[in-house]
Amino acid sequence: MLRRLRHHIAVFFAVIGPGFITAMVDNDAGGIFTYSQAGAKYGYLPLWTLAPITLLLVVTQEMCARMGAVTGKGLSDLIREEFGLRTTFFIMTLLVLTNLTNVMANFAGVASSLELFGISRYLTVPAAAAGVWMLVVRGTYARVEKVFLIASSVYVCYIISGVMVKPDWTQAAIYSVRPVLMLEPGYITMLVGMVGTSVAPWMQFYLQAAVVEKGITAKEYAESRLEVIVGCIAMTVIAFFIIVACAGAIHDVAPRDIQDATDAALGLRPFGQYAFLLFAIGLFNASLFAACILPLSTAYTVCEGLGFELGVNKGFREAPVFYWLFTLLIVIGGIVILLPGFPLVKMILLSQVINGALLPLVLIYMILLVNKDRLMKKWKNTRFYNVVGWTSVVILTGLTVALVILSIRDLMAG
Amino acid sequence: MAEEILYLTELLGLKVYDLRRRPLGRVRDAVLVPKLHPVRVDRFLVAGGGGYTWLYVRHDQVAEISLDGIWLRDEMLVPYHADEYALRLVRDVLDQQIIDARGRKVVRVTDITFEVRREADGDVLHVLEVDIGMRAVLRRLLQGWVPRRWIRRLQRRVPPNSIRWDLCNIVEPDPQRRLRLNISMEPLEQMHPADLADIVEELSPEDREAIIEAIDTEVAAEALSEMDPETQARIIESLDAGKAADILEEMAPDEAADVLAELEEETTEEILEEMESAPKAEVEELLEYDEDTAGGLMNTEFVAVHEEATVADAIDALRARQDLAETVTTIFITDTDDRLRAAIPIARLFLAKPSSRVSELVRPDDEIIQTTTETPASRVLELFDKYNLLTLPVIDDEQRLAGVITADDIISVLRNR
Repeated sequence: MLRRLRHHIAVFFAVIGPGFITAMVDNDAGGIFTYSQAGAKYGYLPLWTLAPITLLLVVTQEMCARMGAVTGKGLSDLIREEFGLRTTFFIMTLLVLTNLTNVMANFAGVASSLELFGISRYLTVPAAAAGVWMLVVRGTYARVEKVFLIASSVYVCYIISGVMVKPDWTQAAIYSVRPVLMLEPGYITMLVGMVGTSVAPWMQFYLQAAVVEKGITAKEYAESRLEVIVGCIAMTVIAFFIIVACAGAIHDVAPRDIQDATDAALGLRPFGQYAFLLFAIGLFNASLFAACILPLSTAYTVCEGLGFELGVNKGFREAPVFYWLFTLLIVIGGIVILLPGFPLVKMILLSQVINGALLPLVLIYMILLVNKDRLMKKWKNTRFYNVVGWTSVVILTGLTVALVILSIRDLMAG
Repeated sequence: MAEEILYLTELLGLKVYDLRRRPLGRVRDAVLVPKLHPVRVDRFLVAGGGGYTWLYVRHDQVAEISLDGIWLRDEMLVPYHADEYALRLVRDVLDQQIIDARGRKVVRVTDITFEVRREADGDVLHVLEVDIGMRAVLRRLLQGWVPRRWIRRLQRRVPPNSIRWDLCNIVEPDPQRRLRLNISMEPLEQMHPADLADIVEELSPEDREAIIEAIDTEVAAEALSEMDPETQARIIESLDAGKAADILEEMAPDEAADVLAELEEETTEEILEEMESAPKAEVEELLEYDEDTAGGLMNTEFVAVHEEATVADAIDALRARQDLAETVTTIFITDTDDRLRAAIPIARLFLAKPSSRVSELVRPDDEIIQTTTETPASRVLELFDKYNLLTLPVIDDEQRLAGVITADDIISVLRNR
C-alpha cells in the first residue's frame, strides 16, 4: 500500500511540468492587470468567479492533456490530420496574430515593471528579448522546463504581498463563495474580462505539445491529470491573492480605476516597501515568463500543424521556419514597445477580438477530436463529460463573444 | 493541352465525363492497390448524383485525363465499397506523417504528384512523389478558389520540395493491413540504427510499436539500443512478451538488463519467461546488480582464456566470438577458479608466436586495473578518466571475473546524467 503510494508520488513528480507551467503562464501581464483592476475597483466582490473559472480551466485543459497522453500527438497535428490543411492554416494564422499581440503586452509588462525601479525600457526590453531567445535556442527541453518551473515558483511573491497588505480576510472568505451579480456595465465587463483572459487558445496547444514532448503516456495519465488540476488551482490561488491585495490596498482606501498593473504595484506602496517590491517582481517575472513561452509555443504549434521541421533540439539550418517565426515574434514584440506612440492598448483590444474568434473554434475542434473512437479508444469522453465539456464551450464562447463586442466598442470609441 | 504531371489537389474536384461527354460527378479520392501495381492509380472515387453516391472508376475505364477533366471510355461504374487492399490517397496518405527513408526524417504529406502516362488505350496515373514544403502548401490553400492553371503559374516562384514515392514509408499500425497494402520495411531496415532510432522516437507511441514490431528483430534491437532507457522501456512494454523477448535476446545483455530494470516486475518476469536459456541466464545475473554500481553497468561480453592456454588457443577463442570482433580490445587471462590474473591488449597476441603461452605475454609492469561489482558508478567514472581506459574488468566477491565495462557504457552514463 505504502509502496503503491510512493510509486504514485514518484510518477507525479516525474510528470510535473506541462500543466503547472501552462496554468502559471496564464497569469501573464494581461491576466495580472485584469485581476488587479477587478480588485481595485470592486474589492472582494469578484472573488466568487474564481471557482467557476477553475472548473472551466480544468475541463478544457484536462481534455488536451488526455489527448496528448493517449495519441502522442500535438493538437495542431491532430487538427491537420483530421480536418485538413486549410482549416489548420486558418487557425494558425489567427493564433500567430493573437499571440504576437500577447507577446507585445508581455514585453510591455517587462518594460513597465522594471521602470518602477527606474531602469529604462531601452535597456530592459532588448536584454529580455535576447535572454529569452538565448534560453530557448541554446537549451534542451528538459533544461528549459526546469527554468520555467523555477519561474513558476516566483509567483509566491503575490501570496506574500497579498498577506502583507492585511486585507479583510472575513470579507474575502465570504465573497469567495457568495456570487454577486450587479447589472452595472463596468461590473459585467470586468466579469467577462476575467473569464476571457483565463482560457486562451495558445494554452490548449502548448499544454498538449508539452505533454507529448515530455513523453507522458496513457499509463501515467492519472498523475498527469492530477498535475493539470493542481496547476489550475495554483493559478486561481495566485489570482485570488492579486485581487485581495488590490482590494485591501486600493479599494478599501478609495475604489478607483487603475491604468495598468504597475499602477496596482504603486497602490501597494503605503502598505510597505516589500509589498510593493514583491508585486513588481511578480509582474516582471510573469511578463518575462510569458514572453518566453508564447513565441516558443507559437513557433512549435505552427510548424507542427503545417509540417515544417521544428524543435529546440534542431539547428537553425534544419528548422529555418521554426527559428524565423520564433525570432520574429520576439523581435517584433520587443521593438514595438520601444516605439514612441505605438497604439499598444488598441493592439491588445484587437488581440481580444481575434482571440474571441479563435477560442470557440479551437474548443469545438478539441471536443470533436476527443470524441473520436479511432484516436482516443477507451479514453474518449464519457457522455457526462461531454455534457460538461459542451456546456463549458458554450459558456466560454458566449463570454468571449461578449468580450469581443466590448473590445470592438472600445476600439471604436478609442 | 496535355499535362505530363498532375497533383492530387488538382485531381480532387476534377469533373468526370461519360461517353456522351456529360458530367457524371467529381473526383473525391484516388486508390492505389499495391498488391496489383506499386504506383499505378487503380481506381478513382467519384461522387455523383448530388454527392450522395460514390462510384469507382477503374483505371482501364479512362480515356483521357487533363487539367480540364477525366473522360471515360467505359461507363459501367460500380458503387464504392470498402476494400482492405486499397490505399486511399486522400484518406490514408494526405496530411498524414510518413517516413522519408533517404532524408531520414518524419514528414507530413501536403500533396502527391502523379505522372500522366499516355498509354495505348487511355491515360493512366502513376504516383511519382510526395510533396512537402511551401509550394505544396500554396497549392493546397488556393485549390478550389483559384483556377488550376493560375496556381501552376503562381507556384513556379516557390521552390519545390518533394520525396520520391519509393523512398517513402507509410506507417501502418495494423499488421494485417500492412500485409494487404504490401508495405515493405526494407528502406527502414537499410538505415543506420541510430537514424532509425531518431525517427522512431519522433513518432507517436502507436506508430513506434508498429515499426518496431514490423522490422527485422536484429534491426529493432540495434535501433532500440540507441534510444534513451525510458523510451526503450515504453516500447518493450507495449510489445507482446514473445516479441519483446526476441528483441532483447538480440541486444547486448547489459543493455537488455537495463531495459528490463526500467519495467515493472511482473512484465520483466513475463519477458524473461519467453527468453531462451543462455541469454536469459546472463540477463538475470546482471539484473541482480544495482543500476548505479559497476555490476549494473557491466556487460558479460568479453573473451577470457585460461593462463595455461597458448596464443593459438586465444585466437581461436576470439574467432568463436566473431560478434564481438568490432568492440573487443582486451583479452583476459584467468586461473582455474576463474579468478582474473591479467588483461592484455589483443594486438600482443598477433605479435607473439602461436605456440607460446598467453601467460608469457604478460609483462612485469602490467598492472591490472579492476573493480568490484559493488563499486559505485561515480568511482567507475573516475577510474576511466584517471587511467584513460577502454575496458575495465569487474570481479565479484570471490575474485572471479564477472564482466567488463567498456567506454561506450561510460558514454551512456554520462549522457543520461
